[in-house]
Amino acid sequence: MRALLLHRLSAIWLLLVLATVASWEIGHGLGISDHRLASVAIVVVAMIKVRFVALDFMELRDAPLAFRVAANLWTAGIAAGLSAMILTA
Amino acid sequence: MSALPSARAMPRQPGHVPGEAGVWLFIAGDLVLFSLLFATFLSYRADAPEVFAAGRAHLDQTLGLVNTLLLLTSSWFVATGVRAARRRASRTAVACFAFALACGLGFGTVKVLEYGAKFEAGLTPETSDFFMFYFAYTGFHMIHVVIGMGVLLAMIAYLRGRPPQAVNLQHIESGASFWHLVDVLWIVLFALLYLLV
Repeated sequence: MRALLLHRLSAIWLLLVLATVASWEIGHGLGISDHRLASVAIVVVAMIKVRFVALDFMELRDAPLAFRVAANLWTAGIAAGLSAMILTA
Repeated sequence: MSALPSARAMPRQPGHVPGEAGVWLFIAGDLVLFSLLFATFLSYRADAPEVFAAGRAHLDQTLGLVNTLLLLTSSWFVATGVRAARRRASRTAVACFAFALACGLGFGTVKVLEYGAKFEAGLTPETSDFFMFYFAYTGFHMIHVVIGMGVLLAMIAYLRGRPPQAVNLQHIESGASFWHLVDVLWIVLFALLYLLV
């Protein structure tokens, strides 16, 4: 049980929780006054969280290269695409 | 013939695909579909920012936060359960998947309370474009949660129904990958619907 708890996955979980709370705070006006930049920050934090879930929880970190490339391209593409839509709105 | 289960008991190797190909095809298709849904939401939002800001102001961000934490935690349980199953610790794996299922039930309960509060306040899909998106997207996602809970139940039954050495880990990994997809979709939906300012 100890080995299951003291594992990289638990550190990733803590990181994801902290990132969630941070983006919740950004959504409540903490830190970034420009609302578009705040929204971009929220999207980028969300996609960083997605990347960790995909690579570590979904175990794509050790998957064949094509899977890792697809996961990274999708997260980066969505982050860039949604950010561009927010900035040009 | 008995070589398969024991071969599957080996630790995860580099280059290992977690789960069956069919599950990954489904995941890829779902991600493409949701990518379009995300972009559609932002496109409508750009055309009527004040409508979307007013709609978001009616959402309970704290409930959204609680649900995000529930799904993140459920994903940790599922990932840890897969590690336990790989070590042939079926009882631990079953416990992990049961805790993940409880998180899923918690998510569903919060969602029902949230929908109830919205309807009570007279907020329906017809209220505005924002609420049309809110109910459609979270409803579509909730279908994924319900299916995911069924998958978790099936994983628990599968593990309980056979000796640890006879467990085909690919089945467990497939179910786990689907559950993580449910988490991934919610992470983005939470950001877009509840948090964007």
